Amino acid sequence: MAPGELLAEGPYFAGENTYREGTKVFSARIGLADVIGNKIVVMAVKGVYIPRLDDIVIGRVTDIRMSGWQVDICAPYPAMLPMSETPMQRGRDMGRRDLGKIYGVGDLMIAQVIAFDRTRDPLLTTKGRGLGRVTSGRVARITPAKIPRIIGKKGSMITMLKKETDVDIIPGQNGVILAVGRNPDQERIAVEALYMIEREAHTSGLTDRVKAMITERNKGKSVV
Amino acid sequence: MGDEEVRLLDKNGLRVDGRRLDELRPLKLEVGLLDKADGSAYIEHGKNKILAAVYGPREAQPRHIALADRAVLRCRYHMAPFSTDERKHPAPSRRELELSKVIREALEPSVMTEYFPRATIDIFIEVLQADAGTRCAGLTAASLALADAGIPMRELVAACAAGKVEGKVALDLSDIEDKKGDADLPVAFMPKSNAICLLQMDGSMTEDEFKQALDIAVDACRKIHEMQREALRQKYFIVKEGNEAEEEVPAAAEVQQ
Repeated sequence: MAPGELLAEGPYFAGENTYREGTKVFSARIGLADVIGNKIVVMAVKGVYIPRLDDIVIGRVTDIRMSGWQVDICAPYPAMLPMSETPMQRGRDMGRRDLGKIYGVGDLMIAQVIAFDRTRDPLLTTKGRGLGRVTSGRVARITPAKIPRIIGKKGSMITMLKKETDVDIIPGQNGVILAVGRNPDQERIAVEALYMIEREAHTSGLTDRVKAMITERNKGKSVV
Repeated sequence: MGDEEVRLLDKNGLRVDGRRLDELRPLKLEVGLLDKADGSAYIEHGKNKILAAVYGPREAQPRHIALADRAVLRCRYHMAPFSTDERKHPAPSRRELELSKVIREALEPSVMTEYFPRATIDIFIEVLQADAGTRCAGLTAASLALADAGIPMRELVAACAAGKVEGKVALDLSDIEDKKGDADLPVAFMPKSNAICLLQMDGSMTEDEFKQALDIAVDACRKIHEMQREALRQKYFIVKEGNEAEEEVPAAAEVQQ
């Protein structure tokens, strides 16, 4: 659906990416239209990441501030990770210089959004399981709108990916995906699979085709 | 070399390039050809070749331009030095600044800027080859690029000019017609809202001529709007394994987690 296309007329609610004028509901974005109950939604095929509470994101430190780090999470708004939200011993006075020892500019991290309301910049935390600095792996960047496809129905896609490639895949809701494997070859295959999913997100039987691709790549590797 | 010598209409009432008075120049639209931009579009309208790129919504830079309740729309219309017969100085001219502003204001009502407070959306329109009507063609491409960037919009904006040559109202003037003709009337239009978002005129027309010119320009905008939708459909709903946009329900169901 292109922006401005008529989706429905009558007693429907205008859901995500749609808007209403009188009794008519129109699309506001390019995407695929769907009806959920009496709500019309458009699932975007492309778009920027808008932070939401509790999202797991992967970000890069861009600056060290007085009491925390500024983190680029590929959103229109720069995120803040305050020192109090890192799992480390408190008490000693820490200056700017010491902050750099925990996260330096350019470091990657897995974090969670703990506050955001569009009037204030998002706040992050690295307290929690699986959160914190990224030390190894390969990163893929796809459009955030396709993250649900990477995960698949009830996680079917990501489970298959992890099993077939033997690589741990951590999808950030902001479209940054981290693949951590035992060797670079496996990671490369995983990243290739991720981009393949992004490219062919709307086709059916994708899980099987991705699986076939990975099997083929794995075979090719053992020959070499 | 009197201007009278230049004939813009032949005895059959056809124009210099063989078009009828109410005929558009050939139009080609393409979406999403730049990888680095968030959204992009390319238009060939007659001999015009224009590229539009959209970045954002992104963090407002410099910060003080940010607005608390909506995104700032910025637009730069620029003609490449090689786009015209005589080399155009690359610095933005008075005319380009004006067109940037007019195009921005024409796009503003269509974009839902309130979804991205404190951010900016940057539009770049680069004219690679100019042949009259670049503001309209640029606007058409820019609106497509915005849609391609996945920015929420009320609808696409289409633009087209009409004018007067040898006393007759004509659609979509070409370069000579623009220079030797009597008047030019660029119009940008949103078909669904039935709203005009850009209307300029130079030259002179009578009230009746103006109404007629506006009518044919608006009709042409509707046609261009159809082509814009088709261009988006080509990019997003056909390439993907021949799945037509019509079968959106199964495809959409699959996207759901």
